[in-house]
Amino acid sequence: MTQLPRWADVVLVPLISLLLAGAISAIVIWAIGESPWQALKTMVDGAVGSAYGWGYTLYYATSFIFTGLAVTVAFHASLFNIGGEGQAQLGGLGVALVCLALPWPHWTLALPAAMIGGALFGAAWAAIPAYLQARRGSHIVITTIMFNYIAAALIIYMLVSVLKPVGQMDPATARFPAGTHLPTLHEIPGFNLIFTKQVPANVSLFVALFACWLIWILLWRTRLGYEIRAFGRSEPAAKYAGISPFRVTMYAMLISGALAGLMSINNVMGESGRLVQNSAEGAGFIGIAVALMGRNHPIGVFLAAILFGFLYQGGAELGLWTSIPIELRTVVQGLVILFTGALDHMVRMFLGQFFRPRPLGVA
Amino acid sequence: MAATGTTSGRQDTAAPEGKAPAIELRGVSKAFGPVQANKDISIRVMPGTIHGIIGENGAGKSTLMSILYGFYKADAGEIFINGQKTDIPDSQAAIRAGIGMVFQHFKLVQNFTVLENVILGAEDGALLRPSLAKARRVLKELAKEYGLDVDPDEVIEELSVGHQQRVEILKALYRHADILILDEPTGVLTPDEADHLFRILRGLKEQGKTIILITHKLREIMEITDTVSVMRRGEMTATVKTAETDPEQLAELMVGRKVLLNVPKGPANPGRVILEVENLRVVDEDKVERVKGISFTIREGEIFGIAGVAGNGQSELLAVLGGIMPATGSIRLNGKDLDLTGRHSDGQSRRARGIAHVPEDRQHLGMIMDFTAWENMAFGYHNDPAYQKNALLMNNAAILEDSQGKMERFDVRPPIPTLAAKNFSGGNQQKIILAREIERNPDLLLVGQPTRGVDIGAIEFIHKRIVELRDAGKAVLLVSVELAEIMSLSDRIAVMFDGRIMGERMPEDTDERALGLLMAGVGGEGA
Repeated sequence: MTQLPRWADVVLVPLISLLLAGAISAIVIWAIGESPWQALKTMVDGAVGSAYGWGYTLYYATSFIFTGLAVTVAFHASLFNIGGEGQAQLGGLGVALVCLALPWPHWTLALPAAMIGGALFGAAWAAIPAYLQARRGSHIVITTIMFNYIAAALIIYMLVSVLKPVGQMDPATARFPAGTHLPTLHEIPGFNLIFTKQVPANVSLFVALFACWLIWILLWRTRLGYEIRAFGRSEPAAKYAGISPFRVTMYAMLISGALAGLMSINNVMGESGRLVQNSAEGAGFIGIAVALMGRNHPIGVFLAAILFGFLYQGGAELGLWTSIPIELRTVVQGLVILFTGALDHMVRMFLGQFFRPRPLGVA
Repeated sequence: MAATGTTSGRQDTAAPEGKAPAIELRGVSKAFGPVQANKDISIRVMPGTIHGIIGENGAGKSTLMSILYGFYKADAGEIFINGQKTDIPDSQAAIRAGIGMVFQHFKLVQNFTVLENVILGAEDGALLRPSLAKARRVLKELAKEYGLDVDPDEVIEELSVGHQQRVEILKALYRHADILILDEPTGVLTPDEADHLFRILRGLKEQGKTIILITHKLREIMEITDTVSVMRRGEMTATVKTAETDPEQLAELMVGRKVLLNVPKGPANPGRVILEVENLRVVDEDKVERVKGISFTIREGEIFGIAGVAGNGQSELLAVLGGIMPATGSIRLNGKDLDLTGRHSDGQSRRARGIAHVPEDRQHLGMIMDFTAWENMAFGYHNDPAYQKNALLMNNAAILEDSQGKMERFDVRPPIPTLAAKNFSGGNQQKIILAREIERNPDLLLVGQPTRGVDIGAIEFIHKRIVELRDAGKAVLLVSVELAEIMSLSDRIAVMFDGRIMGERMPEDTDERALGLLMAGVGGEGA
């Protein structure tokens, strides 16, 4: 296959894929008798047309950054971690246990502790499939998928039988103490000038951005990152270089699971203030699309997470303000994933005709 | 590379025998973007001859043959088959025009029988039985006519490489090919198998078939072809009668400058023993014993060459020494045991002990093709303290600078460390790996197939560097399937067959034929 210049690979391919997904979505909307233009306008207005809309878009994006980074790190080691959903739910359990353990005086103390809790639980949940892959050769895709179901069952058990306060009707933990409340963008001095209404986006956003930077450092500036990338591209070559497949598999998956688990500071700690069933709400799966579209690079993950935040929030607005069913949000997301992920090579092959390779080094 | 004038230029003589050429190309050009792979190529291949096409990697041989076989469409130029102007839009058209191709990598279904492979894609109808019966008859005739003996009911994976190649030839003949194109046919064969192939080709020629042989091996050209065309950088630089040329002239035409075909090297000065291997046994993941108890020693200032057909345990031997596979037995380096199974049997520990490894398969083992040249320069040595900024971060700038120097000293072209490894030619990829391994100044250098897929110009350079390391008093273990390379580089030669060393010879006391017999498992004192 023709190799594209970097800018085309990074900018042009996702852009064209998006336009294609948009075009098909428009046809679908048109086919159910609605106006595609009106739908687009509603989505844009609702998701990015106001600070209030941004407050939701960024809230979703924060979760997607964490899960997108989780998939990215594993992917660089050639491990397809489908288990972000389960790891995020377990992370939620970790966050909840930390938040409920002490009467936290202030969020600046509660947040680092909750981060450790979430990361540890997420990592632990990823550790089992990682070990099975590294030592027993059980395929990580299969095991991580299955661990999503086990996680869901485990959380329900924990909520119903262990953590639910006596007398409460719904399967959820008690509310976290007030000292664990994370400031939303509306509550942060300076930001409240822009976000004049209460929004769910909170300080976790900054943790997510910091995580992007850290993961970039990890992958391209540390020995472990070098080993992860080398192992991911060629296991035989990694063995030649004396890189331990076991070590790299374990570390990559532990970091991946920790990132997925960290997502829970955004939704569990920041937004709901308690742990409920199905807390990750599919963000673990969206992370796969985010990483794919973001080319497994933290900057790409950040941009793709914003896009999917937009789709989430814009889609919700569609259901609210038009007669277009909210399920259409799923259709649009599906098309975006289909085109940016699965059919990405189609665009690439098409573009390849315009960018012919220039071989170098004729000796 | 200085552009030198061609000695004989493009031949444009009329057909001497008054026959139309079997193949004639006129002014064929093909560009891939800005790269001109074939420039205005004209060539005549006379019927009933063996015509060699020789050139370095990337000279445009494969592109030209792909045009002839309908894989690519030429941008300009005309193709004449037996005097008829012919369009070849796809390989079906090439087959109809009587052209058959034997690829370097066989295109056979491994778990089909010979017969099934031969008729694949040439079935006469929906029912297989009549096709199979017909093919069986035809194969019998072909076998008689050309000495192409293959059991039609044998399953492909049970056949030796040489026999598989015969099946490929049979496939072409079954499709009524009058013109056979063979792409690097001897790359995978033992000298004996190659000889047998040449006998078959001569037989085909006598029956009036036309054969085009693509190769980079000068010896084969001299041995079997009638006419040879030389390609360089997309151009046909010369077409000469084989009888009227010699290897030195052909090498010069290929590279564009004088080339030393034999490495100038002084006598070896073997010193103390560096490596002692004793009763080494290697069992692979499928529980097959690949190395069956071999012993040898290598001294400092000595190149120890291991000859053998690929797959006789040489790769596993390198893998054990390089820390990729576990083994039993004992290996001592500088008098101290190497860990063969435990924690210190990995590649990092081997490097720490002073073993450098240029692996046989550079693209799958030796480097990461997607990594840049500088990232590859640190590959395996990424824990080197000189490459670290602090306890956490690597010092990429330092690696980059180090790489720049290494690339210049090893004449890697282009000397741009930020370029991805896959963008370098095979020879330059190999130079990157050699620079990385040799500049570590190892006590023992393991080199597998140092010049596989490498251009003649780079071969010369690589051989020189290996000899220089020997002259600096280091031990070198050379594994190669190229007998000529083993003969010219080694100070001592061992031949491996079926996991055993069949015997050790001094290069001055032996010849290719004797080694070839050992390679086939005949004679020898080992076992």
